[in-house]
Amino acid sequence: MGHAQSADEPGAAGDGTARPVPGDSKTVLEQAEIGRALTRITHEIIERTRGAQQVVLLGIPTRGVPLAGRLAAGLQRVEGHHIPHGSLDITMYRDDLRLRPARTLGRTQVPPDGIDGKIVVLVDDVLYSGRTVRAALDALNDLGRPRAVQLAVLVDRGHRELPIRPDYVGKNLPTSQHEFVRVLLTEVDGQDAVLLGVAGGGAGRAQ
Amino acid sequence: MNRHLISAADLSRDDALLVLDTADELARISDRPIKKLPTLRGRTVVNLFFEDSTRTRISFEAAAKRLSADVINFSAKGSSVAKGESLKDTALTLEAMGADAVVIRHNASGAPHRLAEWVRGSVINAGDGAHEHPTQALLDAFTIRRRFGRSGGSGTGPHGAGPGRGGALDGLRVTIVGDILHSRVARSNVLLLHTLGAEVLLIAPPTLLPVAVDAWPCSVGYDLDAALPKSDVVMMLRLQQERMNAAFFPSVREYSRRYGLDSARMAQLPERAIVMHPGPMNRGVEIAAGVADSPRSTVVEQVANGVSVRMAVLYLLLGGAEADQ
Repeated sequence: MGHAQSADEPGAAGDGTARPVPGDSKTVLEQAEIGRALTRITHEIIERTRGAQQVVLLGIPTRGVPLAGRLAAGLQRVEGHHIPHGSLDITMYRDDLRLRPARTLGRTQVPPDGIDGKIVVLVDDVLYSGRTVRAALDALNDLGRPRAVQLAVLVDRGHRELPIRPDYVGKNLPTSQHEFVRVLLTEVDGQDAVLLGVAGGGAGRAQ
Repeated sequence: MNRHLISAADLSRDDALLVLDTADELARISDRPIKKLPTLRGRTVVNLFFEDSTRTRISFEAAAKRLSADVINFSAKGSSVAKGESLKDTALTLEAMGADAVVIRHNASGAPHRLAEWVRGSVINAGDGAHEHPTQALLDAFTIRRRFGRSGGSGTGPHGAGPGRGGALDGLRVTIVGDILHSRVARSNVLLLHTLGAEVLLIAPPTLLPVAVDAWPCSVGYDLDAALPKSDVVMMLRLQQERMNAAFFPSVREYSRRYGLDSARMAQLPERAIVMHPGPMNRGVEIAAGVADSPRSTVVEQVANGVSVRMAVLYLLLGGAEADQ
């Protein structure tokens, strides 16, 4: 059950509380680098979607949501028009619900104009097995019919278990499955950082 | 949370808040064009109703179907029960059919408790005799929380709390009026609202109060007019005449004069107070038509909230891993 250790699972911190920072991990992205990665993704989105006219950003809780907010603010700074953003909770669509006790639900908040005919950019912190994204695609299906769906992640750590690839990547981080990747964001954790460490040995999952 | 939901007393404050928060999120589903989630696909929910019910049964059925569970409705009329089958044999039949949850309403207090010993799935009490009706209490608490703006707001809380984590009902004064003796709604509400921090006051004729009411976590009074100006919530209960086998009051008209909520009495309520009724209503007896249809009345809202709350209960009991693991 390699993916159960994934930091891309919102269930890993589904209640939105700050994760404790384990001792034996190293910082792979500092605050400034996270900022630069997001700025680059912003410009890539504008390029790929011709000015982000029809773009809706949907963050996957917990840490995808503040990331979507930051990207929306960045897009608005560059393009000068409002970019709708919201959140998409995928808890009810997970394929591993029965493996653990019932999880707390996150919030789905779709911008008032909806997603029909729009280009939806899903935003998450870490892309790992791809199962979260698969669940997100199912969840989108029940909300409407976007013209296209794209995927932006801050960190791609590999080890996909499904045929899913990101359109925008902050950083490709080659990892082994024994390692964990943890994204900390100011909005949730009080600081910006991406940590890489070895799972087990006192630095297991946050909860 | 326990594997079963049999009594409102089974719910700790955290459990109850978890149900209400989950229901808050699930309530948003009903605003969507596609009101369905795949969460309980392949699970079977049996509605086992030995007593008449419209809103509770339909509410549970809608809740289970919105979560994609398979629903089997079983009513005692026209079933083997009419031919003399015992509750245990019925339970074993359900067990053989692989029910993951049994929603039971029975006219005998304690039937769900017995059933829980016989089946492997979760048992949800949908009303047993004059004992309990925990999902009604949960939906009432949910309705109160929404009306008083204590549900989770939008956005992320200041202390890292996730979105939608709402508060409890601390300090709210809830007055429950009417036939407490025969009411399972009253007992469940007293227990749950007390758990959530509300102050509950029961108002009824002395003959319609249960013997051990002084052991309940609430206060008791007999004068409705004195209680109204101090109430944030008034919950009116129906006279359950089908359960009355003695003369508890001189006449329905006299009862209505002393304990019914009419427009004049509603005017004594504080400005933001709400009027609740678990239904079915007897208009003109415990509640006047004008009160039932006023903006303060939450009767229709309670029915809509019932589906969200029951979805939350089904999800929390069935959505995760088996509790015995």
